[in-house]
Amino acid sequence: MSAAPLLEVRGISKRFPGVIALDNVALEISEGEVVALVGENGAGKSTLMKILGGVYQPDGGEILVGGQPAKIHNVTDAMRLGIAFIHQELNVLGNLDVAANVFLGREPVMTPFKLIDRKKIHADTEPYLKRLGLNVSSSTRVDQLSIAQQQMVEIAKALSLNARLIIMDEPTSSLTLSETERLLELVRELSKQGVSVIYISHRLGEIQSCADRVIVLRDGKNAGALAKEEIFHDRLVSMMVGREIKNFYTQSTAAKTPGYFKVRNARSIRFPDQAVSFDAARGEILGFAGLVGAGRSELAKAIVGLDPSGSSDLNLGEEKISIRHPRDAIERGIYLVPENRRTEGLVVQMSVRENVTLPSLKNFTRLGWIQRKRERKTVEEQIVSLRIKTPTTEAAVMNLSGGNQQKIVLGKWLAMNPKVMILDEPTRGIDVGAKAEIYRLMRELAERNTVILMISSDMEEILHVSDRVAVMHEGEISGILDRADCTEENIMQLAVGKKISAAKAPFSS
Amino acid sequence: MKKEFGIFLLLAVLCAVTAAINPKFISAVNLTNIANLIGLFGIFSIGLGLVIITGGIDLSVGSMFALSGVLLSLALTSWHWPWPVAAAAAILVPMLLGWCHGWLISRLKIQPFIITLCGLLVYRGLARFIAQDNTMGFGSAEGFETLRDITKGKLFGLPMPFVILLVIAAIMWFVLHRSVFGRYLLAVGRNEEATRFSGINTRRVIATSYVIAGLLTGISGILLAFYTNSISPSNHGNFYELYGIAAAVLGGCSLRGGEGSIIGILIGTALLQVLQNLVNLLGIPSSLNFAVMGAVVFIGVLADHLVQLRSAQRAVRI
Repeated sequence: MSAAPLLEVRGISKRFPGVIALDNVALEISEGEVVALVGENGAGKSTLMKILGGVYQPDGGEILVGGQPAKIHNVTDAMRLGIAFIHQELNVLGNLDVAANVFLGREPVMTPFKLIDRKKIHADTEPYLKRLGLNVSSSTRVDQLSIAQQQMVEIAKALSLNARLIIMDEPTSSLTLSETERLLELVRELSKQGVSVIYISHRLGEIQSCADRVIVLRDGKNAGALAKEEIFHDRLVSMMVGREIKNFYTQSTAAKTPGYFKVRNARSIRFPDQAVSFDAARGEILGFAGLVGAGRSELAKAIVGLDPSGSSDLNLGEEKISIRHPRDAIERGIYLVPENRRTEGLVVQMSVRENVTLPSLKNFTRLGWIQRKRERKTVEEQIVSLRIKTPTTEAAVMNLSGGNQQKIVLGKWLAMNPKVMILDEPTRGIDVGAKAEIYRLMRELAERNTVILMISSDMEEILHVSDRVAVMHEGEISGILDRADCTEENIMQLAVGKKISAAKAPFSS
Repeated sequence: MKKEFGIFLLLAVLCAVTAAINPKFISAVNLTNIANLIGLFGIFSIGLGLVIITGGIDLSVGSMFALSGVLLSLALTSWHWPWPVAAAAAILVPMLLGWCHGWLISRLKIQPFIITLCGLLVYRGLARFIAQDNTMGFGSAEGFETLRDITKGKLFGLPMPFVILLVIAAIMWFVLHRSVFGRYLLAVGRNEEATRFSGINTRRVIATSYVIAGLLTGISGILLAFYTNSISPSNHGNFYELYGIAAAVLGGCSLRGGEGSIIGILIGTALLQVLQNLVNLLGIPSSLNFAVMGAVVFIGVLADHLVQLRSAQRAVRI
């Protein structure tokens, strides 16, 4: 009987008013196995996970744990069955130390006053940290750790609960390349130790590197499964989308004008002593790779004037420009699509119309009054040309999907006249179909002579979308790679600050 | 619009009930009196509403009334300034203070609650010090009959403060709901960061809202000084900021910012004044005045909250 899989989900269905979220879905995972669960947004991944976590009750089907039927009514039930969750948004308390987080709610106490046994809680935590290779003290405050380390704390917590199955939902979305590498290594390590992992991700490269098997969901149904040796990019994508996506990555055909956009001596608040200089060509997509914290987003903010203590000398074509406020950049056609869509890119409670015209509102006024008709017309044009799926121009942005939200951020700037577009993590949390569209849009913009700077922590994206790649390390550009030299290895070398011969200088003086 | 409709309904019901129990409610004298008070309170409530829409608050309004009232009285009766100069000063002082608040809040990022709480204490103290704690008034002094007539007169049978309120409300409706500045105001209140990323000078938008609040407080202050005709510096305008906040919140402004309308603030103000009047007319002990008002604000906000919760639940999918 030991052959029974660790977890088996049979014929699970779940209906919501008007929607069948899951229809007869099956999933099986053995001890120590790593199963990747993929599918577009709305395919039913999160509903399935919420059923395993006891948030929802299924309308039909059964869940077997170790061959025994199991009912999961809440998170405590899931925990008792050895199922733990690592969510995209981390659930750590920054104001407490590592040990307190790991044993939250299960603190060892000393009689008679039920005071926390501080010695024991720290002694109990250390072995888990060691097992995960997390090199921090158990008495460190969690808010002093990096996001990757905080995630480790959550994994330590899961292990301390004797979890036999850890479900990771987009665990690498806020991690750097090297942190992602370490997490993937850890996943393999956990699997060797007999812990099973369900790995949910949009990043197909990661899945290829860690999964034993892939289960694909589409429209709430099983769309198929692939064994490790069958996992190929195109096959996965067509399974997820249900059709072939042609030209997922489009190649550049544009004539480039090298040295069109010159950045000299850009300094950001984070690395005030590092002066960054580089050239970007008109018509190219220049990727920016590097570890999170390498200063890429800070550089972008310094260029567009969002960093009050930052500075830079810019040249656009023949014109010298100085930027002190974001308005200066916007007037010159230098726009930023920021990293955090919902907090920096959009006012999510406002309508599509109000968001799209926010930076260009003055163009729709007469004597200070807004002319709504003209405003609406422009917004409708953007909705059509970007294929934004929204019921009306008046729908609140927060009710739209991530991909559509990102298109609205793009629409804000495309309604004006972009000369330089800086996109910071343009496809984070966006499903495959929308990703392809965003890549296509970026390429179209480049073809229309816009300079595109794309900051990304997604290796696939960096490798396949960029015409050249600038790699940053500790606030400076450690080298620029031409398309032919763009390999994962070269990028990683530069990202950790090593010199390699393929790297070019970031600018010619 | 839905939000305003709900509160308008409440106002209509209260008016109908009061009128049914005590017909004096719809007498010309009473209605004129209520209109006068709605005018006085509505003007500064609109200013407070704008500040609340940016996600801020202004607790210093009542103390500003005391300070500007004392200064106005001194300027007219002791210093014998020409009335237009005195009136301008009584408006400029709160505007300047509002600008200071706005500057400190938007530049130094100090919380509006703290800044304006300091203002509440400081201006009250200054008013009492300048007046040496004596009750100030306008007595039988002469030379500013025009100003008195403007504030206490009537136009088309409507009391002046109410007429001024209508004019200001019309202007502010355009500013909030149809102008670029108004759009920025709502955007800043919702998400200052994203607004800044769109190249908008969010600091100036926020600071300007406090200056406008100061301007409207100044105008209200003059009307109020002539309405009470005596300014006792220790309690002139006491708690008035709370009336303004209550009116704005009743009218649909969210203290989290980004939400609110001029119509809503007007209806909220009217509701509070009708409530006061109702307490008097229905013979409810006047000591219960605040309790009644508090209870109605509470019920209004609670009802709105429950309605929102329900519609949010209905919207939940997958």
